[in-house]
Formats: sequence, structure tokens, C-alpha cells
Amino acid sequence: MSLLYSEVEEELRAAVRGLLADRCPPAAVLKRIESDPYDPDLWKTLAGEIGVAGLLIPEQYGGAGASASEAAVVLEELGRGVAPVPFFTSSVLATRALLPTGDALLEELAEGRKTAALVVPFAASPYRPGAPVRVADGRLTGTVTGVAGADVADVLLAPVDGRLYAVEEGAEVEGVPSLDLTRPVATVTFDATPARDVGECDLAEVLGFGAGLLASEQLGVAEWCLDTTLAYVKERHQFARPVGSFQAIKHRLADLWLDVVRARAAARSAATDGSAVSVAVAQSWNAGVAVHAAEEALQLHGGIGMTWEHPVHLYLKRAKASEIALGTPGDHREALASLVDVPGPE
Amino acid sequence: MDVNIKERVAAFLAEHDPDGDRLEFLRARFDAGLAWVWYPEGLGGLGAPRELQSVVERELAGTPQLNAGVQAIGLGMAAPTILAFGTEEQKRRFLRPLWTGEELWCQLFSEPGAGSDLATLATRAVRDGDEWVVDGQKVWTSGAHHARWAILVARTDPDVPKHRGLTYFVCDMHAPGVEVRPLRQITGEAEFNEVFLTGVRLPDDLRLGEVGDGWRVAQTTLMNERVAIGGAPVGRGGGMVGVVLDAWRAQPELRTHDLHQRLLSLWVESEVTRLSGVRLREQLAAGHPGPEGSGMKLSFAKLNQELSGFEVEFARDLGYDDDWTFRRSEGVDFYGRGRGYRYLRAKGNSIEGGTSEILRNIISERVLGLPSEPRVDKDVPWKDLPR
Ligand SMILES: Cc1cc2nc3c(=O)[nH]c(=O)nc-3n(C[C@H](O)[C@H](O)[C@H](O)COP(=O)(O)OP(=O)(O)OC[C@H]3O[C@@H](n4cnc5c(N)ncnc54)[C@H](O)[C@@H]3O)c2cc1C
Repeated sequence: MSLLYSEVEEELRAAVRGLLADRCPPAAVLKRIESDPYDPDLWKTLAGEIGVAGLLIPEQYGGAGASASEAAVVLEELGRGVAPVPFFTSSVLATRALLPTGDALLEELAEGRKTAALVVPFAASPYRPGAPVRVADGRLTGTVTGVAGADVADVLLAPVDGRLYAVEEGAEVEGVPSLDLTRPVATVTFDATPARDVGECDLAEVLGFGAGLLASEQLGVAEWCLDTTLAYVKERHQFARPVGSFQAIKHRLADLWLDVVRARAAARSAATDGSAVSVAVAQSWNAGVAVHAAEEALQLHGGIGMTWEHPVHLYLKRAKASEIALGTPGDHREALASLVDVPGPE
Repeated sequence: MDVNIKERVAAFLAEHDPDGDRLEFLRARFDAGLAWVWYPEGLGGLGAPRELQSVVERELAGTPQLNAGVQAIGLGMAAPTILAFGTEEQKRRFLRPLWTGEELWCQLFSEPGAGSDLATLATRAVRDGDEWVVDGQKVWTSGAHHARWAILVARTDPDVPKHRGLTYFVCDMHAPGVEVRPLRQITGEAEFNEVFLTGVRLPDDLRLGEVGDGWRVAQTTLMNERVAIGGAPVGRGGGMVGVVLDAWRAQPELRTHDLHQRLLSLWVESEVTRLSGVRLREQLAAGHPGPEGSGMKLSFAKLNQELSGFEVEFARDLGYDDDWTFRRSEGVDFYGRGRGYRYLRAKGNSIEGGTSEILRNIISERVLGLPSEPRVDKDVPWKDLPR
């Protein structure tokens, strides 16, 4: 298994990057962020024309039957663009949960006609999965906070006690002010809501899979922050020199670059082998690198970095929120203790 | 090629007994092209892709091995430079005994006045017919006391700016006028030395590359040095983190929550560093060398230092698991020695082969394209530079 990118992956990357540059540059994201962050037209093109919605869905259900490492490349680009589209929540998390059931809904997801969201807190850890929802007589009851993607989902997929339930109507979805403006979270309330039992669900596996791929999105966030900062410090002059010629700045950026280089290897490893160890390694490293890159970017942009007008805050907010999503770095490190036999004090 | 290589190793083993004479075995291995398979035929290699070397190493595990600790400079720095810049005659003369370890090498680069700024070095080489006469002083020369040969950079033209007046030589460490004096290190022993060169006569056929081209030749050495120091492949949980894990697992009574958290972080950093090494080698094998190599030595140094410091703290032992007797060192052996030695020796990892600060300068300027700081030494003849 290789940690390099294949030609197909590079083509996919170019298509997604081109589209985002055209239709959804950070300035455009910034503009719509307070009203309605999602861009349904952009999602339609991404999902349908480039075909990202069905990447992980086998051909028999109308998808592309691609591998996780291709989805990972899409996520790198979406991270670079802090793109407000439901790819991660619908086409990765919800899709992964639905896949083993072979449910007909898969075809609608593959075509991008519908999007789904998994009703668990986005902060749920793969090592302690679950959400406070009960089922009785085919009806769901319970309130789940911090659900990502629910506000734009046509279908809610609720995992309860090892089974997956689909809800298309009757749930209450209430958006809340979110730290991450480009991937808002909502509170989902079921009150004896009718639901369809679609099959078995191994929630820990789904969350672990998502965590592994999230590392690629975090890599994209970190890369944008590094690239944008490099460009800025080469341009910005103070003391009659480019700020980027000061060694204190150069050394910080060299260190950051090295962190990003290692984040790329970690993301590739999680995407290609997907083992529990690779996922835990990638999450405990990349989540921190994305946050650090965004914080460095903000600092090295000086006063501009603190303004609403500069998109760096979108990246900082995405990075900090995704650091918590699907297990914090500490949760993943703790898991490694038993995965790689580094036992704690007795 | 894969099967082919295994067949070659098998054929070689059928003819040469690994339990016989060690040196004979190593010489035969070199002659069979199984020393470094990516080198040309006749020079210890087969002109084969570099990644096949790991197959050879696997197949020949358990047979006589090189002494990495004392041969490091020869293998990691002298050999690739000789291969790139040496004449056919020089390659044939030097590479075989270098590889077998019959002749050890040292590196006469650093001087008391020229460390990070290596290009300011002052050791002079003056032409005298077919010979060069060398005068000067080198310092921090690891293993000079074992060495039969040295790679040497000397100034041959003081009237041009510093980078342009240098020439690269192979120095005969047995020549009259070469004097090696031990420098005692913080570990107590003397691994490196001062080397005084007084009227040392080197025939012109020990010159490597063109007169005045020494800086370019030296770049090859320095780049290889950084890869050699930071780039050795390790398995998951291997290398320095492996040493620490062994201690950790053996003494559960010493574990604390704080150390556990830190160890897990170091484990993760070791693993992502290892993975980028794997990725770098894949890029090289695919013929697209990325800039990642520039960071390997930097991360290696940091990890080695943090882990070896961690190991001492974990043990809670105020003693030193060696003694401080002054002695000539045999070589660097991180894993075969005690944790006290490891802690102290690892401090050199961010200095030798280019300091971490210099590596960050290189990354920021050559990889990230950031502007250099204002320079006062550009276009000034070396002899006019402030010293
Ligand atoms: C264990 C060990 C083995 C060695 N073996 C050999 C050997 O075999 N052969 C050989 O030739 N040499 C050898 N060296 C020498 C080594 O290459 C030099 O020590 C090294 O290049 C640094 O030079 P210096 O010691 O003169 O430090 P200096 O260059 O004087 O540096 C002092 C401090 O200033 C910093 N500094 C210098 N310039 C800059 C800058 N531009 N920007 C920011 N910071 C800067 C350095 O990073 C360092 O922290 C060895 C060194 C060690 C520690």
C-alpha cells in the first residue's frame, strides 16, 4: 500500500479544486456565512457532475465504488476551501453507516438527490459511541445535541442499540450558534417520531472510519493556512524588509511545514489502511496540526488576522471544531495505549 | 528484479560461507554487487533500483554485517561524494575497502572559525607541481583516530568570495604533518578530535572534482549527511521510541500518569515521522524526490533528544549507568549503551551535520521560498571578510 497519491486521485483533486476556486473561494464563503452558509448549487455540481456524493457507494447502488483514499483527497480540497457542503456529514459519515444495510436510500444519496446526517453528537468519540435516543414501537424519542449536517439533511439516520433508523419527517432540527460557521451543528429532537428500521449499525466502526478521513480534511485546512501565510509574509514589509525574511518567522514556518509534511503522511496512512492504529495516530496528530497552523496563520497576519474580513478565522473555527469532532487528540492517544501496548500506571 | 535479486543472493550464499572469515565474506559480497545494489556494477552494486537493497538486507540478515557506528562517515558521506565526483580510478581505489570497513573515513570540514558558516574555512591548500600542500586546523572530527582517509575541504583561492575559492580533497590521514588530538566530550570519552595539518603533501590525484568547485562537491556530502543521520528506516515502535518502550514495559512501578501522556505523544510523533520517511522513500523510488528529506534530520534530532531525556527521567536514577573514564571512543552506539550515554550523546544530534537552526534556514529559504536575511558577506573576497 502506497502513501503517495495516484493519478486518478490527482485528477479528482484538480476537478474539485478548480470548481471551488471558481464558485466558492474563501471570500465567497465569508460573504454567505452569516445568512445561509450552505451553497446548494455548488453541492449539486460537486455531487452530481464531479460525482463526489457517491464516491464511497458501490456501483451496484449507483455510486462510483471508489476507495476511502479518493474520498480523502476530496476532503483535503474541501478543507482547503472550508467549503460549506455536506460531503463529510452525508457522503462519508451517514453513507458509511448506511452501506452495510444496502438500503435503497443509497441510490438517492449516490446521485446527490438527497443528503443524510447521522444523528450523533459530532463530538462523539469512536471509543465511547452512542446518543441518547430510545426506540419503542418503531418510534424514536430523545434529544441529541451538536449534530453536524442535520440542518441540511433530507434524511436523519439515528443509530440506536446497534440498529440504524431513518427519519424523513417529524423530527425537530434546531440550528444553534456554532463555533464552526462553515459546518454548523444543530439539536435534533425526536418525540415519538416514526422511524424506519434500515438494518444493523456498528456505530464505533462508522465513527472510527469518519475520524480517519477527517484527518485529510484537517490536512487541507493546515495546508491552506501555511500557503496563505507564506504568501503574506513574502509580501508584507516592515522595517524595510519582507516580514518573511526575519529568522524568527522563518523558523516557525519551517517547523509548521514539517508538521504538515508529517500530517500528510499520517492522513494518507489512515486513508489507505484504515486500521485502528492509523486512525488514532492521524487524529491525534492532524487535529493539533490544523489548529496550530490556523493559530500561526492568524498571528503572522497581525491585525488583519483578527478581522472578520479575512477568512483565516473560518479556518481557525473549522480547525478547532474538528479537533473536538469524533474524538479529541487526547481520546485517540488514550486509545493508542492499548492498541500499541503502552500501558498506563497500574 | 525482485525474484532476480533473491536468486542472486541465494547464489552468492551458496558459494560463500557466512560463518567463515568475516572480511573475506564482506569482500565477496561487494564483488557480487550486493553491497549497495544501486551503485554501478564493479563498484559494489548492480545498477539496480535502490529499494531492492532492503530485500538484500533481509536475505543477508544473520551474516557478517558492517559496523555502522564507525563506518557512518565513510558510508553516509564519503562514498556518495566519491561516486558522484570521483574519477574511475578513485572509485576503484576507495569504495571497496570503504564498504568492507578495512579503511575507515573521517570528515575534515569544520574549523574553529568555520562551523555553520563552513564556506569561511581557512585551511589552505597551495599547489606545488603535482602536489598540494595543506596547512590548517580542523575540529570536531569524529573518528579521526580510526581513520585511514578523510574528506577534506580547503581554500585554494583567498581572492574570490568564500564559496568560490574552495577545493575538495581526499586526505591521507597517514601522511606526514597530520596530527590528531583527542577532544573529550560530555560523555567522558573522545569520539571527536582536533586535527592539525602542517605542510601535508597530497598528490593531485587525491583531488575530488575541479579546482574551485569544492563548495558544490561539499553540498553533495552535506545533503547525504543529513539523509544518513535522519533517514534510516525503522519499523513502527522501533528506534529510540522502541528503547524507551522497552524500559517502560519492564518497570510498571515507575509509570506515572504524566509520563504516560507524554510518552503517548512522543509515540505519535515518532510514528508520523516514521510514516513521512516511508513516504519519502516511496517518492524517491517513483523518481519524484520531494522536499520532505530536508525535514527528516530535524525531526530525528528533536525526537531523539526528547525520548532520551524522557528515559532518564522515567528511571529516577541519579547514577550514571557507565563511568566517566576518559577513553577513545569506538563509535556511536545509541542502542547498545546506557540511557545516560544516550541522553548526552543525543545532544549532538541537533548540532552535527548542520544545526537545527541551519536546517530551518534551509527549509524556509529553499523549500518555502522565503527571502534570505540581508547578507554582509556576498561578493566580498574571502580574504577581506571580517573574522
Ligand atoms: C558530535 C559531533 C560530531 C561532529 N563531527 C564532525 C565531523 O566529523 N567532521 C566535521 O567536519 N564536523 C563535525 N562536527 C561539527 C559540526 O558540523 C558543527 O559543530 C556544526 O556545523 C556547527 O558549527 P559550530 O559548532 O561551529 O557552531 P556555530 O556555527 O558557531 O553555531 C553556534 C550556534 O549559533 C547558531 N547559528 C549559527 N549560525 C546561525 C544562523 N545563520 N542562524 C541561526 N543560528 C545560527 C547555531 O545553530 C548554534 O546554535 C561535529 C559536531 C558534533 C556536535
